[in-house]
Amino acid sequence: MHISPEFKLISDWITPNSRVLDLGCGDGRLLTHLINTHQISGYGMELDPDKIIQAIDANINVIQSNLNNHDICHYFDEDSFDYVIMTQALQVVKRPDELLDDMLAIGKQSIITFPNFGHWKMRAQLLFKGRMPETKTLPYHWYDTPNIHLCTFNDFEDLCEAKGIEVVERAVVNAEHRSTLGMKIAPNLLGEIALYKVQKKA
Amino acid sequence: MSSATQQENSAITTPQILKVDTPLETESGAVLPGYELVYETYGELNEDASNAILICHALSGDHHVAGIDADGKPGWWDGYIGPGKTIDTNRFFVVCSNNLGGCRGSTGPTTINPNTGKVYGPDFPIMTCRDWVNSQNELRKHLGIEKWAALVGGSMGGMQVLQWAIDYPDKLEHAVVIAAAPKLSAQNIAFNEVARQAIMSDPDFHDGRFIEHGTTPKRGLALARMLGHLTYLSDDMMGTKFGRELREGKLQYNFDVEFQVESYLRYQGEKFATKQNFDANTYLLMTKALDYFDPAAEYDHDLTRALANATAKFLVISFTSDWRFSPERSHEIVKALLDNDADVSYAEITSEHGHDAFLLPNPHYEGVFKSYMNRILTELESAQTNAKPS
Repeated sequence: MHISPEFKLISDWITPNSRVLDLGCGDGRLLTHLINTHQISGYGMELDPDKIIQAIDANINVIQSNLNNHDICHYFDEDSFDYVIMTQALQVVKRPDELLDDMLAIGKQSIITFPNFGHWKMRAQLLFKGRMPETKTLPYHWYDTPNIHLCTFNDFEDLCEAKGIEVVERAVVNAEHRSTLGMKIAPNLLGEIALYKVQKKA
Repeated sequence: MSSATQQENSAITTPQILKVDTPLETESGAVLPGYELVYETYGELNEDASNAILICHALSGDHHVAGIDADGKPGWWDGYIGPGKTIDTNRFFVVCSNNLGGCRGSTGPTTINPNTGKVYGPDFPIMTCRDWVNSQNELRKHLGIEKWAALVGGSMGGMQVLQWAIDYPDKLEHAVVIAAAPKLSAQNIAFNEVARQAIMSDPDFHDGRFIEHGTTPKRGLALARMLGHLTYLSDDMMGTKFGRELREGKLQYNFDVEFQVESYLRYQGEKFATKQNFDANTYLLMTKALDYFDPAAEYDHDLTRALANATAKFLVISFTSDWRFSPERSHEIVKALLDNDADVSYAEITSEHGHDAFLLPNPHYEGVFKSYMNRILTELESAQTNAKPS
């Protein structure tokens, strides 16, 4: 199975034998990888019926659930997991801020990845074309996009700051999930996908 | 298994009878000195008896779950069980028995009571899910099965599966709980009570001794079935199927059947009470068993604790338009299993068919179900590979 550099980066942030919840687990690829390489245990949550079937095929414990309406708090008690992971789904939920709270309630740490709306290609399209950006990482029209809460790295970090959430790790990659020197110097301008590991401030 | 036997198996199913001489002490305190269980099997039990699946039926179901019987009737879940189907009888050995207290061949109210020489009628002890599980455990032993590969059931059958997982945790590998609930709500019990009253207030009921009186409380049974049937369907689905369509095309201003939905319900009730000849005492007994089902009750009403010893891996399935046992009821089961760090997957199937959806075709439902059965097969195969001497 192909494992993206994004998932490899996430794996590096996971302690072996930990308990993991993957929100929007898709076909269960990340969990399968973590089970095989880090002997983790845990569950996936997914809304898409076809992906539920794929996750069951992948031998993953998957719960069909919406990520809205505080569903995860109904299912799990506080500190049930070492990590609550959510890749590329923060921007599609109704209230990312509330979900972030829920994730940090049921997990000790959260790992979140999302597309950076502050990337220069987005800025350039808006500035020069005067139109909503459409890129490889965000290939939708403004009217049919599931991405209803896009943000930039800076926006996300402002939210963390306001909520008393500590950024433990941060990484950026491009659409090919590679990391370059430029991205490290100017992540909000050159990074296309953001990876954050966060926790509540002690 | 040769393809000839396979053909035969899928062509005509033959019920078998297990005679149990060990007395069954029921939860109510009554003792059945002995009893018979009628059951059908499909497919072949493998060498190490590891591929057996027990199907638990719902309120009005029976042991004829798959294939075609001698009367040409297909099993009630034939769409999902058979050669190459979701539960593939080319791979699994599938067993289904009629619950005790039933009226399709297992000992029940229509059986002769050895103490009186007359039919049990209303004297047949009230059964609970636990009693059924205990009796099915005798069937398990009889068939030489140490551990079921899976227990599968929908509605009341799903509750029985939960009871199995709680009472005999080491006797099943997987539990598939479909369109079920951890206990009935007040509304569920209320519907059951109206159904029972419909039967018991029928003048032909004779306090349950209608067989001795040579009658059947057909009107009561039909009413009970009409009510039950209503709770299996969704408002949307009834709207799509019948709407306000009239049988005669215009209003008649009388109390005869006018709307198509009335005609349909009357037909369903009539069919159940006459053609299907369902026993009224069995109907009463089954609804009572449903009402009593509450495995958490003996654990301070804590379902998490009730399921703490369950070691089976679970698949829980619910249907969006099922208001009899809604998805929220399945969430309760899933939550209790998650609390116990159990292996559990849960699917909430979009369907407009209400509670009945668990018996009907649906690509997502079939996909989830089939994938899970494949997972069980993969486990069986790897266990067999590991067990083989090198």
